[in-house]
Amino acid sequence: MTEAAALLVERNFAVPDIRCAGCIAKLEQGLVRDRRIAAARVNFTEKRVHISCTPDAETPELISAFSLLGFEAHPIGDGPAEVDGGASDSRALLRAVAVAGFAMMNIMLLSVSVWSGASGATRDLFHWLSAAIALPTVAYAGRSFFRSAWRAVRHGRTNMDVPISIGVLIATALSLYETATHGPHAYFDGVVMLLFFLLCGRWLDSVMRDRARGGVTALLRNMGTGAMVVGADETSRWVDATALQPGMVMLVAAGERLSADGVIAGGASRIDLSLLTGESAPQAVGLGDPVHAGTLNIEAPIRVRVIAAGADTAIADIARLMGEAAQGKSRYVRIADRAARYYAPAVHTLALLAFAGWMIAGAGWHHSLLIAVAVLIITCPCALGLAVPAAQIVAAGTLMRVGVLVKDGSALERLAEADRAMIDKTGTLTLGRPVATNLDEADATVRALLLALARASRHPLSEALTRDLPAAGVTPLPVEAIRETPGFGVEAEWEGRRVTLGRPAQPTADSALATQLAIDGAPAMTVRFADALRPDAADTIAALRQADVVPSILSGDRAAAVAPVARALGLTAQTGMSPQDKLAAIARQAAAGHKVLMIGDGLNDGPALAAGHASIAPGSASDAGKNAADCIFLGDRLMPVVQAIRVARRTQAIVRQNFALAIGYNVIAVPLAFMGYVTPLVAAIAMSGSSLIVVGNALRLKGAAR
Amino acid sequence: MNGLLVLIPVALGLGLIGLAAFLWSLRGGQFDDLDGAALRIFVGDEEEDAR
Repeated sequence: MTEAAALLVERNFAVPDIRCAGCIAKLEQGLVRDRRIAAARVNFTEKRVHISCTPDAETPELISAFSLLGFEAHPIGDGPAEVDGGASDSRALLRAVAVAGFAMMNIMLLSVSVWSGASGATRDLFHWLSAAIALPTVAYAGRSFFRSAWRAVRHGRTNMDVPISIGVLIATALSLYETATHGPHAYFDGVVMLLFFLLCGRWLDSVMRDRARGGVTALLRNMGTGAMVVGADETSRWVDATALQPGMVMLVAAGERLSADGVIAGGASRIDLSLLTGESAPQAVGLGDPVHAGTLNIEAPIRVRVIAAGADTAIADIARLMGEAAQGKSRYVRIADRAARYYAPAVHTLALLAFAGWMIAGAGWHHSLLIAVAVLIITCPCALGLAVPAAQIVAAGTLMRVGVLVKDGSALERLAEADRAMIDKTGTLTLGRPVATNLDEADATVRALLLALARASRHPLSEALTRDLPAAGVTPLPVEAIRETPGFGVEAEWEGRRVTLGRPAQPTADSALATQLAIDGAPAMTVRFADALRPDAADTIAALRQADVVPSILSGDRAAAVAPVARALGLTAQTGMSPQDKLAAIARQAAAGHKVLMIGDGLNDGPALAAGHASIAPGSASDAGKNAADCIFLGDRLMPVVQAIRVARRTQAIVRQNFALAIGYNVIAVPLAFMGYVTPLVAAIAMSGSSLIVVGNALRLKGAAR
Repeated sequence: MNGLLVLIPVALGLGLIGLAAFLWSLRGGQFDDLDGAALRIFVGDEEEDAR
């Protein structure tokens, strides 16, 4: 047993469809029935499953173990450093919060005795005890602030951490001096409380980023994909995408995405390029034609000789453009840092003024310094440090419930500023998958037969039927002897008659997709497919206009394919655009002073998503698109985009209110501190009071996405 | 005053025990999947026995 345990390998799978307790039970108890899987553990928050399996278990076999249970699983590659880096970050912050919280409570316990009248030796003892607790706490919990402040100062800049660090250090030093000289006022409680509240803010910020990252990782498919590679002796084995080499021959089944660039070495099929170019009509390919990674093989199995894999594929070009485009966005300064630019110098000037004023008034340097420290502590941006993260995490939680993942707080800030929306067509305004358009013409028997045959196949058109027919209330008819012929279709016996579902006998005139149902060889019904608009696209466009965001279409597709969509939605459209053209269109708008919200899904939208002031991608987008976008919305409805904009704007309003509250509090507290009325007791009350108000105000965002 | 000499270490000690317990559970991964933990109570045990 121990020998077997030592041989197990640990694998992680992202399973986006984990929704309830039933799914947890089904996965954990169902997966272990596979003899290769020793243990399975579901992480519901991050929508992943951690399994221990025997080393001979290949990725496709494990994925099929998931699909047996009815779940779609995507292997998460061996990038634990990248994936878990953020998680350990917020764990370190949580540790610091715990330590600061413990210290705060104990020092407060001692301080209450001092405030209620302890004097003489008792007060000194309590102050010394407080110092003994506070000094290690400041050193441990304050590290992240000191480090960030030092980095900023060294580069001649200032941020929120500079006044915090200075305030904390001076207050600690002075309190230590007070303690040593038997003074009445020590600010250890104030210092530790400040750290505690600020760490809470930091931790919230980091939790929000982790949560979104978990969701995004669960959606990413590209990592760990691969292909069946056929060797010289016709044996096939599974090769991970990273290990594919030029010259290998991949066997690509219908309905499978290509993992590398190549030329067709056998078979003929049609390829869906929509993720790569935005082109909606599938392209027929035959022997010798080039095909690209990321495109979908929809008709028949083909053999592809790899000519470029990994970083050399056509996608790499787009990735380079994306890198350049993203640099513009990194210049965005977050609202808290913008506030700090004015706040930090103001705080330092005030403290200096207080010190100088009392010195001139003849108060002596000790008294003057005490008052200057009181000013520093009272103005320390305690509420300010909580104002932004508290509002943003509540907003992100609200949006997550309506199906929008927000990657970080700055995304919400930028989203709120958008006044132009540029929307890709294929896969964004439309569903990006075939939907049957003429099912109304079919009678009940034909529909039931269609479903019975379609559900036996993984062909994309069959899957479209399997998805849509049951939703329309169709139940399949019983059929027998069902079998699928690759490249042709499915056939079966129904009441002694031969029924087939497959390629139409006469090819249709246009390039539209179609499949034909035949009974005893006689065509009974030709089902046509088109890429349909998202169900609420028109409402969404209207809502965008209402929100003062001007929408337009930016598509890589041909003008003829875009025109009907543009007409149906009443939008202006730019068509046939390459990734560079899209970048240029965004740059033109930006130069005119507009903030562009880019909504797109394809690989070709990647650079535009990275360049837009803000960007949203649907959950069905290419991995490049999802990586580049600030937010991701799930499901078929487009309306979450507008909800995201509304919530982002509400969040900005709340953040501004919070700033106003914090400033209002300072307007009252600073004069008191100036006049020397702020004792440690007053500081403690003022600090916790203002923080509670700010957090309470942020909680109002909970219902903002109705 | 003598009572304090006993009570203060006791208070600090209890607090430290709480802190240590929290840090221990954090390291043990008990806070990794808070939403899942809330749902696990609905997961039946009977099948686990069968295995």
